[in-house]
Amino acid sequence: MSALASEPMMTSVLAQAASTGGDAGVGEAIVFWILGPVSLASAIGMVLARNAVHSALFLAQTMIALAVFYLMQQAPFLGFVQIIVYTGAVMMLFLFVLMLVGRDSSDSVVEVLRGQRVAAVLLGLAFALLLVAGVGRTMFEVPSVGLGIAASNGNLPGIGRLVFTDYLLPFELTSALLITAALGAIVLGFAQKKPKAKLGQRATVVARLRGEHARVSPLPGPGVYATANSVAVPALLPDGSIARESLSEIIEGHEVEELPRPPADAHALTDGRPGVSEGTAVRTTVGEEDRT
Amino acid sequence: MNPAVDPVSGMTRTQQLLADDPIWLVILKVVVLFAVGVVLTLFMINWERKVVARMQQRPGPNRVGPNGWLQSLADGLKLAFKEDIMPVLADKKVYFIAPVISTIPAFLAFSVIPFGGEVSIFGERTVLQLVDLPVGVLVVLACSSIGVYGIVLGGWASGSPYSLLGALRSAAQVISYEIALGLSVVAVVLYARSLSTADIVAAQGSGWYFYLLLPSFVIFVISMVGETNRAPFDLPEAESELVGGFHTEYTSLKFALFFLAEYVNMVTVSAMATTLFLGGGRWPWPLSSFNDNGWLMFIAFLIKTLIFLFVFIWLRGTLPRFRYDQFMRLGWKVLVPISLGWILVIFAIRAYRNSTGGASTAALLITIGIVVLVILAIAFLLPERRTPDETVEVASDYPVPPLDLEVPAAPRKRRTPVEQRQPAGALSGKEEE
Repeated sequence: MSALASEPMMTSVLAQAASTGGDAGVGEAIVFWILGPVSLASAIGMVLARNAVHSALFLAQTMIALAVFYLMQQAPFLGFVQIIVYTGAVMMLFLFVLMLVGRDSSDSVVEVLRGQRVAAVLLGLAFALLLVAGVGRTMFEVPSVGLGIAASNGNLPGIGRLVFTDYLLPFELTSALLITAALGAIVLGFAQKKPKAKLGQRATVVARLRGEHARVSPLPGPGVYATANSVAVPALLPDGSIARESLSEIIEGHEVEELPRPPADAHALTDGRPGVSEGTAVRTTVGEEDRT
Repeated sequence: MNPAVDPVSGMTRTQQLLADDPIWLVILKVVVLFAVGVVLTLFMINWERKVVARMQQRPGPNRVGPNGWLQSLADGLKLAFKEDIMPVLADKKVYFIAPVISTIPAFLAFSVIPFGGEVSIFGERTVLQLVDLPVGVLVVLACSSIGVYGIVLGGWASGSPYSLLGALRSAAQVISYEIALGLSVVAVVLYARSLSTADIVAAQGSGWYFYLLLPSFVIFVISMVGETNRAPFDLPEAESELVGGFHTEYTSLKFALFFLAEYVNMVTVSAMATTLFLGGGRWPWPLSSFNDNGWLMFIAFLIKTLIFLFVFIWLRGTLPRFRYDQFMRLGWKVLVPISLGWILVIFAIRAYRNSTGGASTAALLITIGIVVLVILAIAFLLPERRTPDETVEVASDYPVPPLDLEVPAAPRKRRTPVEQRQPAGALSGKEEE
């Protein structure tokens, strides 16, 4: 790789990153000094933001900045997978939950599990210790080679070979863990629901005919006439009597302001229409006023 | 790995040419890419309205410009001058940034698409592509997954329940269909042995993948329509049923940006389908000699992309809208399992070929035939599910239609043209007399 450094095409940023074994190129340094503060600031913003959605957005920004770092470290596969999996899928699920919960809902401070806070603090400290130890070890003991040399055949073949040879067992264990988690979520989500057989259209009709429902047909709708348009007006049966089932109990329970209207009567549409004749009378008077 | 890789630099020919590009050429390409996105959007809106109008036997836009082709430009200008309304309950910063988040990735995905072959621009040899990453296909997927943020944030920041629900539906749809989309790409990557778009096009020199990998192609086309929220999967904004989806509260240029992003996304997935399955800019057999010229390849690419865009319009003009549960069932219970099974089949075939040295195609075919026969035999041996003969005893005397009612067969199509038949009015008039 070092023989390439003299070639003119190395001016491009990407190619320059590919040529460096251990030292950072100029392009890489520029990107680092721009995105480093950005990712740090958004990480701090994620903690300090009051709104949960803003917090999630800051986290997403940090993740994208990290993805660009991966790209600059000659790991384009890792970078884009970081964007697709973490930013695109995991954070999106977080956002879904946050938005459905609502922006003004405050967290409950009641401790549900006993000793939860103490355990959280202890485990958090242990995790921090683990991280510091791991990162410290890689910083001082492991010599940095650069992905251009470590995976000279390209990102994908390198990762593929490692996953299916040296790290096969951890890989399979991780996938088993994930599948268990998904199955557990499904079981927990559906276990509380009573198993209820879903009836198709035909089965529902048959059940109705067999008398498993209160009546064969759906409930009749309210009466809608030219003289009244309230849903509180009952429908009329063919013999002119009122269909009790057409009235909704909820609406009847409310106080309905009665408008001056003629009694609900289907025959009013054909014979002796008091409302209509009143209307015409009013119209004629208006006309007379205009004339005078 | 790849035969075209240069042994010294470890780069393919395309990557070498792109790394050689001077800065002015890169800027020129960026500007042209942006222009292509915008112009294709303007063209696409107009084309869609005209084609749908023709399918519905009406003229469509025909006032502004020659034959109405400038209608969408006029509409865009009008949008820019409309009042920009900020809802009272809106989260101002997020409301402002959401259309931007949705538009930028849509254009960004353009950068990895190989529009044509090797050409010479002002004496500089290059390829019609902005950048050729070794993971080019993933770039497109990543861009679409960031684009979802624009939708979700736009809906949430509007502070309106309609927008929020529309955004959640829209995002759930895009994410669900992205899985099927990603799985359908796997087969292509396996066959091309590379994630780089230029390599995939080059690998189709011996045969396009749309017939070599037909199931993948079908799944890709279905899920690309689902992912772009287009009819018959346009449930989030179903303009004839709902208020307007996630951009209910948006007006003016912000709304225009969402609109632009939607159409650019359509162009992107069409271009991606062309790249992955239709051999990119390659001309088919009788015109194979055109493949020497990069500009002619660009024309082929454009034609193929326009074919896909026409399919988008065609679907919108013909198919009724899905119900949400039908749509999700199609995605999760049909497309994803079929994709997984198909990938498994490909793995099996490749493993078999690798183990036998790739020589015995006949033995492979015989094996597949035996497997199919065994599956068929099992299918015949399984007892048929018997539907119980239901004789329903009606519980009440409520009048119901006969339960064994059969739908009568459709009457034969009439042969005589409409003009020759007697007008219906004359017949009824006679009866009245």
